[in-house]
Amino acid sequence: MAAQDLSVFVRHRDGGVASMELAVDGIRCAGCMQAIEGGLAREPAILGARVNLALKRVSVEWREALLRPEAVVEKLAALGFKAYPFAPERQEDGAAAEERHLLRALGVAGFASMNIMLLSVAVWSGNSGDIDPTTRDFFHWLSALIALPTAAYAGRPFFESALRALKAGAVNMDVPITIGVVLALMMSVAETWNHGRHAYFDGVVMLLFFLLIGRYLDQLMRRRTRDLAGNLAALKAETATRLAADGSATVMPIAAIAPGDLVLVRPGERICVDGIVETGRSELDQSLVTGETAPVVIGQGERVHAGTLNLTGALTVRVEAAGQGTLLDEIDRLMDQAVGNRSRYVRLSDRAARLYAPVVHTLAASTFLGWLAWGLPWPEALMIAVTVLIITCPCALGLAIPAVQVVAASSLFKRKTMLKEGDALERLAEADIAVFDKTGTLTLPEPDILNPEALPAERRAEIGALAAASGHPLAQALARALGAPPSAGNVHEERGQGLSVGEGDDERRLGSVAFCGAQAEAAMVAALHPGASLIAYRHGSFRTVLALGQALRPQARETIAALRRAGLQVAILSGDRFEAVAPIAAELGVTELHAGLMPGGKLALLDQMAADGHKVLMVGDGLNDAPALAGAHVSLSPVSATHLAQAAADIVFLGESLAPVADALTIARKARRLMLQNLAFAVLYNAVAVPIAIAGLATPLVAAVAMSGSSLVVTLNALRARAAREVRT
Amino acid sequence: MNIIVILFPLALGLGLLGLGAFFWCMRSGQYADLDGAAWRVLQDDDAPVRPRSGEGERA
Repeated sequence: MAAQDLSVFVRHRDGGVASMELAVDGIRCAGCMQAIEGGLAREPAILGARVNLALKRVSVEWREALLRPEAVVEKLAALGFKAYPFAPERQEDGAAAEERHLLRALGVAGFASMNIMLLSVAVWSGNSGDIDPTTRDFFHWLSALIALPTAAYAGRPFFESALRALKAGAVNMDVPITIGVVLALMMSVAETWNHGRHAYFDGVVMLLFFLLIGRYLDQLMRRRTRDLAGNLAALKAETATRLAADGSATVMPIAAIAPGDLVLVRPGERICVDGIVETGRSELDQSLVTGETAPVVIGQGERVHAGTLNLTGALTVRVEAAGQGTLLDEIDRLMDQAVGNRSRYVRLSDRAARLYAPVVHTLAASTFLGWLAWGLPWPEALMIAVTVLIITCPCALGLAIPAVQVVAASSLFKRKTMLKEGDALERLAEADIAVFDKTGTLTLPEPDILNPEALPAERRAEIGALAAASGHPLAQALARALGAPPSAGNVHEERGQGLSVGEGDDERRLGSVAFCGAQAEAAMVAALHPGASLIAYRHGSFRTVLALGQALRPQARETIAALRRAGLQVAILSGDRFEAVAPIAAELGVTELHAGLMPGGKLALLDQMAADGHKVLMVGDGLNDAPALAGAHVSLSPVSATHLAQAAADIVFLGESLAPVADALTIARKARRLMLQNLAFAVLYNAVAVPIAIAGLATPLVAAVAMSGSSLVVTLNALRARAAREVRT
Repeated sequence: MNIIVILFPLALGLGLLGLGAFFWCMRSGQYADLDGAAWRVLQDDDAPVRPRSGEGERA
């Protein structure tokens, strides 16, 4: 076995200290945390280890001269944890800085709103009593002293966003917020200057506080999703065997492979780079890329793609792209087209904002003009108009959707499903037709034994060992399914027939049905599993025939049934031959199936469905599905999918089972219902509060109560969803 | 009423102290792992650590 090289993940600090981040599989509890930290701390060369339980990561620091990074992974393995190093992404830093800025702004706004409220409560109670006007002015000036710098600092996210929108010639939710905040502050200062009774410093700062909570939740969810996606990539732990110029082989993480490197791919390995074959001939299982299950012969000078499985011969491949993957030009063109389709979707919150902004501006303006016409002096009319702006400010709207998204996303995560886009929930809830890819999506990506009852447990090891000795694709698949190491025995291989070991009565044979003389058994098995490949085994008088094929994912049937119950149509779009798709479709009871589709054909069919008014939910995993995944209304992909498919999907689910598809739909529908409830509540709140404000009856006290009350109701409504869901699990 | 002149700066000062503490927490990464912190408080850091000792106690 070639040496491992993890140096690409190590970060070097001053004083000979090295550090590395690792995603660790199986950290569940405090015990694991203690075991890892304590276990690593006993190693003298390791300076410190810190587990992040929320992210399931460990960061380790050690003295560079004393330890190699591989040793850290081994130490963790000795403690019972599989660890996968990964390089934190650069792009993440920008988002992390933005999140920190939001949290800081939230802290400042929280501090300011509490302190101003302290002053305001005194003024409110004083206003109904006999407060000394000088004291009131003093309190108002103090409030201004806190509110003005706070608004300048904590309001920046909104001001900047509003400016960006205005520059682009659009109006978003932040425009009325900014106008409201700025006008209210100006009016309050003027009011204080003129020794007035009411100032809205408390309202402004509280508004910023609540809005920042919503903004922060939104950001938090996006970061969490990104972190988990990072873990996921690390857990895949893709490595490649790089050949150096001197012929020595090193196993490298895929992140360390650069274009131009020469990579060795052994039979049975999945190719994880895109490149050109330099030497060797082999057969490839390209099912993840094209959906076609029959092996394809490949030789020197031909192009191979990441995600394909090398079956028979060793290949050396000159790398063109690693990790991200290059694309077939065709797929590239289709992706561009597909992404164009998708961008037509407008988020629920944006739709609300589009309606909201003009309505509020018109209301405020007509209030101002109306009171002027009524004969009120302009400062007072303006004050009332500003109250309308403040009262209608979308605290509840700003919280309504992010709060639900955060709750729903964490609920999904508990079901091993990861949301990649916040608005995917809304889109998933709207889906009315579910389209599945076959290979790797409805079925498991690796061929499996379809009739395990034909395989006695005591014979697993000997059959596996025999199968592992062969280079035949079917035998290789069998060996992988049995998880057996190759045997050292004296195996004879007869080309095109099978393998045999031993002599006379003790002879064991594995191979074609004729080679083992198992025609009778084969006929029975073939009747039960049409379309499967048969492999026979004989030992003395014992004969058995195994059917190898792509087994359905666990709970595939239940999931399809659940989707039907939820009112979705179900269709299968496959790149595979019709004969391979039909039995699977029949087993699942799906009548609408399209086989032998090229990637463009899938996208065209999806477009056709969209044109018929359907909202398509696409589930797929292959490179050939990527354009369809990107073009569908909403898309899911299993974690075993190719990089590109996963990048194009909105939701990624872990594990072998297909059940998360139906679960995600249920959760998404519930989430959407709650979002709509929250929006409806926000509208109802405005319907009550706005007339009061227009009538000029809204005091700062009314504004404060209305704002905090509505925000609380909306947040509690979002949390209610989580409680109900956990009971059901 | 002159007492207000002393009390309000005092209240503000306390508030600012809290804000400072919040910033300090953020800077020292105390919000990086909210799940872990809940468990860490239960750890016996002073007791000698045996590997995987927490596993059995968890049930």
